[in-house]
Amino acid sequence: MGESLAFHYEVDGGDFTSAGQASVKIKKNLRQLGVDAETIRRVSIAMYEGEINMVIHANGGNADVIVDDTGVTIILADKGPGIADTEKAMEEGYSTAPDNVRSLGFGAGMGLPNMKRYTDDMKIESVLGEGTTITMKVNF
Amino acid sequence: MTIREIGDLLDARVLCGKDLDVDVKSACGSDMMSDVLAFVKHRAALLTGLVNPQVIRTAEMMDMLCVVFVRDKTPTIDMIELAEESGIAVLATSKRMYEACGILYANGLKGNGELHG
Ligand SMILES: Nc1ncnc2c1ncn2[C@@H]1O[C@H](COP(=O)(O)OP(=O)(O)OP(=O)(O)O)[C@@H](O)[C@H]1O
Ligand SMILES: [Mg+2]
Repeated sequence: MGESLAFHYEVDGGDFTSAGQASVKIKKNLRQLGVDAETIRRVSIAMYEGEINMVIHANGGNADVIVDDTGVTIILADKGPGIADTEKAMEEGYSTAPDNVRSLGFGAGMGLPNMKRYTDDMKIESVLGEGTTITMKVNF
Repeated sequence: MTIREIGDLLDARVLCGKDLDVDVKSACGSDMMSDVLAFVKHRAALLTGLVNPQVIRTAEMMDMLCVVFVRDKTPTIDMIELAEESGIAVLATSKRMYEACGILYANGLKGNGELHG
């Protein structure tokens, strides 16, 4: 294994308007590293969905992205309410988002399925009342 | 179909966009951003009635070329600046979603949506 690069972002939970900024930054960083466009798109979409989830469901959290010669790993960790049934949460169309979130264009219950679809590997670790950590990998 | 042609067909105002002659290959119309994010489309345009910065970010994540706001929705200055930074053209039309999509479709701009994976 060659060298690896790590990026860290704090995702502000109180501000829906700026949600997605970490994903925008990662997209620029990966571009500078010369990563191919399709990989960048998959990473950005998966991370963006996860970032929005942390803002609307968990009051913010931390995003870490690690790039090595095998691919890009995204770790999203929050101290939100946790997910009671992760299998159910993975179903297309399942959402607990309130109406005000829906009027912002989210809450279709498509975020987690999208994250799975765009990544090669995805793991959800969640403890009710403690928080959620989602780890995703996109291989080169 | 170029962004300029989309603008002409929809009687749209161009709010930003440096190169209006780039070729758009597909399009999608939705007010739900995760629905938009579920579809892989190359060189796509997004038609939406939703107005907030996440619309522009969603388009940016998808490498989309153009966002068209329907039903006379006008984006904020901040949103237009965001789009300019990302090289996304922004148009606004008074047509409704159904009509705007129909006009583009009938003129040859197909959906070409392909669910990823
Ligand atoms: N980080 C999180 N913390 C707590 N609950 C979460 C978290 N992420 C997702 N969930 C739960 O899982 C459900 C499904 O998430 P998913 O992203 O698929 O849909 P959504 O966010 O509700 O809507 P969309 O992603 O389409 O905008 C959410 O409605 C929420 O109940
Ligand atoms: Mg979501």
